[in-house]
Amino acid sequence: MDTVFTYLYQVGFAVSILVLISLGLALIFGMMKVINLAQGEFLMLGAYFCVLTSSMGAPLWIAIPVAGVLVGLFGVVVERTVIQWLYGRVLDTLLATWGVSLLMIGIVTTVAGPQSHSISSSVGRVVVGGFVVPGWSMVIIAGAVLMLLATYLILRFTNLGLIVRGTMQNPQMARALGTNTSMIYMLTFGFGSALTGLGGALLVPLFGASPTMGGLYIGKAFIAVISGGPLPLIGTMSASGLYGSIDGVMSYLFSPVLGEIIVLLVAIVMLRLLPSGITGGMRKGI
Amino acid sequence: MKLTRRQFTKLSGGGLAFASLQGTLTSAGLANEAPIKVANILDQTGGLNIYSLKQMKAVAMAVDEINTAGGLLGRPLELIFYDAQSSNQLYSQYATQALLRDEVHAIHGGVTSSSREVIRPIVQRFGGLYVYNSLYEGGVCDRRHVSTGMVPGQQLDALCPYVINERGGKRGYILAADYNYGHITSRWLQKYIRDLGGEDLAVEFIPLDVSNFSSVLARIQDAKPDVVWSALVGAAHMSFYRQFHSTIGKDEMMIAGTTYSIGREQVELSPEEGEGIILATSFYDSLGTEAADDFVSRFHEYSGETDYIGEYGEGGYRGLMLWAEAVRRAGSPEPDAVIEALGDTSFRGAGGLYTIDGQTNHTTMNIHVAVQNDKQDFEAIQTFDQMDPVDTQLVCNLHENPDDTTQYEVEL
Amino acid sequence: MLWFLFRDFRRPSGERPTVVWWLFVVAVAGVLLVWLPGTLGLAEMLDLSVVFVLALLALSMSFLWGYSGMLSFGQTAYFGLGGYVYAVSAMNLGTTTVPFLLGVLLPMAFALVVGYFIVYGRLSDVYFSVMTLVITLVLNKAVRATSGSQYVVGDVRLGGQNGIPGVPPLQVPWDPATALFIDDVYYLSVILVLVAYVGLRLALASRFGRVLVGVRENEKRLALLGYDPRRYKLGAFVIAGGLAGLSGTMFAVWGNFVAPEMFGLQRAAEVIIWVIVGGKATLIGPIVGVGLIQYLTTWLGTQGVGQVTLVLGIVLIAAVLLFREGLVPTLGTLLLRLTRLRRGDDPNKRDEP
Repeated sequence: MDTVFTYLYQVGFAVSILVLISLGLALIFGMMKVINLAQGEFLMLGAYFCVLTSSMGAPLWIAIPVAGVLVGLFGVVVERTVIQWLYGRVLDTLLATWGVSLLMIGIVTTVAGPQSHSISSSVGRVVVGGFVVPGWSMVIIAGAVLMLLATYLILRFTNLGLIVRGTMQNPQMARALGTNTSMIYMLTFGFGSALTGLGGALLVPLFGASPTMGGLYIGKAFIAVISGGPLPLIGTMSASGLYGSIDGVMSYLFSPVLGEIIVLLVAIVMLRLLPSGITGGMRKGI
Repeated sequence: MKLTRRQFTKLSGGGLAFASLQGTLTSAGLANEAPIKVANILDQTGGLNIYSLKQMKAVAMAVDEINTAGGLLGRPLELIFYDAQSSNQLYSQYATQALLRDEVHAIHGGVTSSSREVIRPIVQRFGGLYVYNSLYEGGVCDRRHVSTGMVPGQQLDALCPYVINERGGKRGYILAADYNYGHITSRWLQKYIRDLGGEDLAVEFIPLDVSNFSSVLARIQDAKPDVVWSALVGAAHMSFYRQFHSTIGKDEMMIAGTTYSIGREQVELSPEEGEGIILATSFYDSLGTEAADDFVSRFHEYSGETDYIGEYGEGGYRGLMLWAEAVRRAGSPEPDAVIEALGDTSFRGAGGLYTIDGQTNHTTMNIHVAVQNDKQDFEAIQTFDQMDPVDTQLVCNLHENPDDTTQYEVEL
Repeated sequence: MLWFLFRDFRRPSGERPTVVWWLFVVAVAGVLLVWLPGTLGLAEMLDLSVVFVLALLALSMSFLWGYSGMLSFGQTAYFGLGGYVYAVSAMNLGTTTVPFLLGVLLPMAFALVVGYFIVYGRLSDVYFSVMTLVITLVLNKAVRATSGSQYVVGDVRLGGQNGIPGVPPLQVPWDPATALFIDDVYYLSVILVLVAYVGLRLALASRFGRVLVGVRENEKRLALLGYDPRRYKLGAFVIAGGLAGLSGTMFAVWGNFVAPEMFGLQRAAEVIIWVIVGGKATLIGPIVGVGLIQYLTTWLGTQGVGQVTLVLGIVLIAAVLLFREGLVPTLGTLLLRLTRLRRGDDPNKRDEP
């Protein structure tokens, strides 16, 4: 029984981390077909804002949402200055956001220096399946679930959510019906960035904040989003579920390296079988 | 970079030269002499720059101090700095530039073993001299290469007996970075642990970009060692100490690190995350000796920074000073002459007395075992005087084989 | 007459190269091979050679992207493979002629396999590009994990993160005792780039090349005309793989080391930046792009500026937003407009015969 719990924990933790780093990107990709290669750096920015707010005296449970909001605002700025000129040019947005990521790394390193920063969480330890695990990992898992839930509720049950989904499915029709799609794109990019910033902030107590941390996550986030396909919520859940499970199990059985390599190989097979992603063929759903 | 007493001159080829102020040179009587040139190639930018930034300034400080005191052999010292941006390709280009175009008398620098191994053949090909000021895995046997940093033979000779005998760390679990430093150091650790009657339960190699240690920590808890030996490197691996603190905790298990403090981990982790970690190093800021305090205050004044310097930074200073001493003994800055004079060259620095061992071109030094306290600082436990680079001495003899250029590795 | 040249720079053309073009090539060859070496020192030759070596990599990507319409993020896979194959075989065999050939042929074989997988699998657009990126990342991770002493091929340790130092220089095939020195490597890399440039240009003017451009323009139409577009795409993929492999082999010869960073994300990003800055649908453009970016990074490293990343980021954003087609085509268009204005032509009239 203990072993079952251990595997459940390893998988749950790995899946949650994937959700944190890729949900925001999936939303932006699902809506605007924009692949934001600065995703890792948005995570990094969220982590830094969290450290900053925390160092000014705020407790973690305030610093984290604040970080999310700040990154959301930053995302809006990026969308208005760079992204909005490049809609429809998928590959060009890829490259422009790459430039944004380099810019962000450069600025953060110049302002805050190249060293990393830590915040200790006071959440303590938890015992799962006979092993001690960080209490904060439970917070991460809870955070991922909350993010998914919040996104679902907003998209499914609010007016704004309805308009967003409509624009995602058929932007021309939405425009014909009077929606200001440019505003919707801006809001979506902002919301997706906020989710990403939130994710980055949640990672800090266990992983710290450093200018180059984005590079550690961009590959996984990218692959998860592409594998997930155009529907953001279902796509993220299925892709994160798949890769997180493989990573969690393989890392525990063998080693972290093997876990990552096997995930990449499975991704290749997945893309071969389902070239448009897991939700590529789905018409309905979020 | 905020350096207050320097003037920057751009060489025609584009290198960035640090030269002491004209006033300094004139009052030292050096203003009209032909300079002796030294190159320093490090990573000011890129993923590895956390290691280089202090070392850059320490080397510049040494150059400035020599000039103020009258120069080297009556000539001013000129330092040319190259930022290799953590790219081996640039190390290759800059090392060649330094020797062929800027005509330096010595090259200092290199961070990772791969950058060192890129520089060494170039120095061999063009007949130069290369001083590597970083701790590393040992075993390089090359008369044109001088190592002024700590090697496993010295460090573990001091650290392992303390941890295993005095702290009861008989059962050990080894975590090492997955590249040659980690592999070789872990093999040395296994050897020392077994020789001292302990047990090495397992060795795990962690790639440099892994920061999620949850599976590793589960396996460690399963094995129940007394001590976790860490040869982890880089920013991603720092998360291990954070996650260890949130799971097992140092009340249950000790951590002894071979690379701990090199990346200034104690400053970047929170006090609780770093408290209790055991390390062995050839220098740390609060060592408490007069020489150490003096070096730290001079560095703070020179660089305008007050944060932790550490062994990696001080290594640059000691390397430049040792080379300068060898130049004095040789009476000439030409590489071949200096190489002849390397053996038994010594310099009394911040960590104690440093002496170059002519048989291996490595450095004998004091090793200090310390433990991190609750204020992100270290407390001395023991100092081992004049530890020889025994691991390299076992395999390398430049007197008998002067044309050797191999890097030897330990077999278990 | 020169505006024929500018037109060539600006637009990919399946037309046969003109006499002016040939004169241009000979003139450039003369400058690079005869005049320049007299004024350069060894260190400058070393710096310049790596630009030409990497230009081969840039050419391989722009050939695929600009002319065949396939954006491959992962040409670095063949680059790294070529380098490692050369290193491992040269250090095992002791000679270097066969390893050099292997360094080109094995990546081509790998490209054949990968290309078959991707092209015949009908992967399109973004997903195709992602696949190529994932492949190079897998290779990167796999090679970085080979630090242990058990990872040997023959006598050669793969070395993991640190790579393989001490890769032997290229021996002259008919005189194995002599090895290529820095200036010889310069000549070789210039000649290879010239050959590649001319070769690609002629290939594009051939039937194969024109079908390829047709595939890029409208794949369905070409299929309806009876051509199998997959075969042509695969052919282009293999050629590009060979070029990238050649680049990797030359890189190993140039620097005497190979390392996993050849497969890495950073290098893959650089290739894309070169091509985008220089111009993806021209052959000269990427070469210019490599030169510019390499010069910029090498120069920045000696300025104590400290934030090379920042500058590169700005360059990339500017390149995408301002130079839609890339530097060279935009310059070409500009020059074209200027010459036409000077000749009194109506700037609105198209320049088609």
